[in-house]
Amino acid sequence: MRVEIDIRNLNFYYSGNNHVLKNINLQIYKNKITALIGPSGCGKTTLLRCLNRIHDLYPGNRYEGEIIFEGRNILSKDIDLIELRSKIGMVFQKPTPFPMSIFDNVAYGLKLKGIKKKDELRERVEKALRESALWDEVKDKLNQSALGLSGGQQQRLCIARAIAVEPQVLLFDEPTSALDPISTAKIEDLIVQLKEKITIVIVTHNMQQAARISDYTAFMYLGELIEFGPTEKIFTNPEKKLTEDYVTGRFG
Amino acid sequence: MISSKKEYLFNAFFLLITGLSAFLIIVLLLGIFVVLFSESLPAIKKFGFVKFITTPTWDPVREIFGGAIPLFGTLVTSFLALIIAVPIALGIAIFISEVAPRSVKEPIGTAIELLAAIPSIIYGMWGLFTLAPLQAKYVEPFLQSTLGKLPYIGKLFSGVPLGIDLLTASLILSIMIIPFTASIARDAFQLVPAVLKESAYGLGATKWEVIKDVMIPYCKLGILGGIGLSLGRALGETMAVAFVLGNLNQFPSSLFSPTTTVTVKLANEFTEAEKDIHLASLFYLALLLFIMSFTILAIAKYLIQRTRNR
Amino acid sequence: MRKRKIINKIALTICFFTALWGLFWLFFIIFDVIQHGITALTPSLILNDPTPPDVPGGGLKHAIIGHLLITITATLIGVPIGVLGGTFLAEYGRNWRVSRIISFLADTMVSVPAIIVGAFVYAILVKPFGHFSGFAGAVALAIIMIPVIVRTTENMLSLIPWTLREAAFALGAPYYKVIFQIVYRGAGMGIFTGIILAIARVTGEAAPLLFTSFNNAFTSYDLREPLASLTVTIFQYAMGPYEEWHRQAWGASFLITLLILALTLLGRYLIKRRFRH
Repeated sequence: MRVEIDIRNLNFYYSGNNHVLKNINLQIYKNKITALIGPSGCGKTTLLRCLNRIHDLYPGNRYEGEIIFEGRNILSKDIDLIELRSKIGMVFQKPTPFPMSIFDNVAYGLKLKGIKKKDELRERVEKALRESALWDEVKDKLNQSALGLSGGQQQRLCIARAIAVEPQVLLFDEPTSALDPISTAKIEDLIVQLKEKITIVIVTHNMQQAARISDYTAFMYLGELIEFGPTEKIFTNPEKKLTEDYVTGRFG
Repeated sequence: MISSKKEYLFNAFFLLITGLSAFLIIVLLLGIFVVLFSESLPAIKKFGFVKFITTPTWDPVREIFGGAIPLFGTLVTSFLALIIAVPIALGIAIFISEVAPRSVKEPIGTAIELLAAIPSIIYGMWGLFTLAPLQAKYVEPFLQSTLGKLPYIGKLFSGVPLGIDLLTASLILSIMIIPFTASIARDAFQLVPAVLKESAYGLGATKWEVIKDVMIPYCKLGILGGIGLSLGRALGETMAVAFVLGNLNQFPSSLFSPTTTVTVKLANEFTEAEKDIHLASLFYLALLLFIMSFTILAIAKYLIQRTRNR
Repeated sequence: MRKRKIINKIALTICFFTALWGLFWLFFIIFDVIQHGITALTPSLILNDPTPPDVPGGGLKHAIIGHLLITITATLIGVPIGVLGGTFLAEYGRNWRVSRIISFLADTMVSVPAIIVGAFVYAILVKPFGHFSGFAGAVALAIIMIPVIVRTTENMLSLIPWTLREAAFALGAPYYKVIFQIVYRGAGMGIFTGIILAIARVTGEAAPLLFTSFNNAFTSYDLREPLASLTVTIFQYAMGPYEEWHRQAWGASFLITLLILALTLLGRYLIKRRFRH
């Protein structure tokens, strides 16, 4: 089993010296689904957002430690963020369709990569939409605005947009928390299928979801990583009392 | 309960006077329209609509009045001003909301908005005494010797560069309207949800690509509203152009020609009109300007409101 | 990839230069006004009546007094109407459809060309009486002020939480008392700021005064007569042929600019302070 991302002694501070991640050590395995769980405010989303350095958009945020990806520390200054983010994609809590057509949404990342040929674009957009199980629903209205889709469809569109550029890692930040149960089920199926090609890290506050889809689970509490292991073990036989209390619903 | 009855009366009275005050807005707007219309009635009857807006003659002696030149001048100065101002205003909005370090955002924002606080008469006087001579001496000869040599567009730069012309007036107008477009675009940019920007960055887009492909399309109604508001302002601006446009009732043949606008004509001739038909024609121009600018402003405000409520 | 980054750099650099462009003109204009104005600004400019262009020592006393009279009268007319109108929109008429329409119209009216207002007032207050008057000028400025104050008042009042009013209603207070004792008290500073900004706005207006208060070569305190104002005097003097007039026009511009920038900055400061708390 290969390690895709190796997080070593990671500390993270929001501007104003707010220490929110404390000495995190965690390994994300290739082609597995790793779930980050924990009560709100525990730092799971913050950790996820370190992995593609989206925190850098806001001034004053600070990292310490290392995150090794492809043999390099992605926290170092000379990392090309644009290249990094095209390899480590992200899907957000709420659907974020861009104000353009369905086709252009999916093609957007491809165009950024410099793909200009119409045929190739069409082919790859279709592939991404098929992989995200949206093709049949939108194939007749590719030129319509993406804002007209339902919430669940929009979220799958965002997944299609993210996988169209064929990233190695895809980060999900509570991707179903704004959706109804049926859309949630579709997206969960989709995520499970995606792991054949892509390494997945998912933040969820829904423990059943973590148990259903993930291979590994990391439990975090107050900025610290309390326990990490195979999902089955974390949910049935955790080593720490705190983890047990959380997964059995005694707090959170 | 006498006191409660009194309270009831007071309250009704207060309701009445506040209601009347608010209603005054409608009365004033309708009043402006009706009064301008009735004052221009002699001119409307004599010259009609199509004939008035297509006739270039403005001859108080023979009593023939047509608004073609001031109306054209108003549109041309305003559109030229927009062409200069819109890209710059968008650039400023982008700079303030996306590029500038946090510590300089506010000072620069305030400074740009101060441009809108400077009275138009100051712009006009500064334009006449400072900008126009500079234009005549340096800018316009330079443009003439460079762009003026090009085929087709070279014509735009022909004529004697005196500084009192279309180009100077439009430049001043553009400076005056920059803050309107800029501040509305900036407000609109601020309404772009952070996650939307993040998801574009998450795909590996550069900052400029996020701005160009996500933020500007997301804000396009608001930006359009801002441009409309600026256009409405430019159409009705008086004092700033009155100083530097020359008030010559003549179609401009190049950017270096003096001409006139509705507002400049009003400012210069209103108090000197001796004949009723002359005054009525001026009122007719005012009426057309009012309708034009009110329509554009209303559309612009509607667009801006819609973006805010999204 | 390389190309995309270069484009990014270039585009963002251009944005930086657009901001410089804006700042350049602001400082250019302000410094120019200061440079020309400060030498013209002598005690005699403020204290003396005008003299014929070739007689030295003339001043702008007539225009300063006229300007003050017109602006103060406009404020006395415009502020009460504006505040009351805004109160209706935010309070009694809050749920009425017509209030939304009035609010929208007021918003639009804020930007209606000032010279149109001048022409309107000429038709209703100058033509029928056969002569220009300071009062007509004040009415024109008040008409420009009213929609500005209506809108700020409405906005400021809507910022007061509705629960605060409910708490007062629950104590048995009638609506007008709730407005005076609770709402106005909470929004007072905001409304005051709006008034300051509205005064700053009309202080610099020349266009609406051209055909209403017109001009007067002498000092007058009578609102029924034509009155000089700083802005109209600037227009007349700057367009005139005399060096001395130009100098005085710069002096007047300096005074007006200083006053307006001070009022505007004060207004903005008050807004900022309010929203920080």
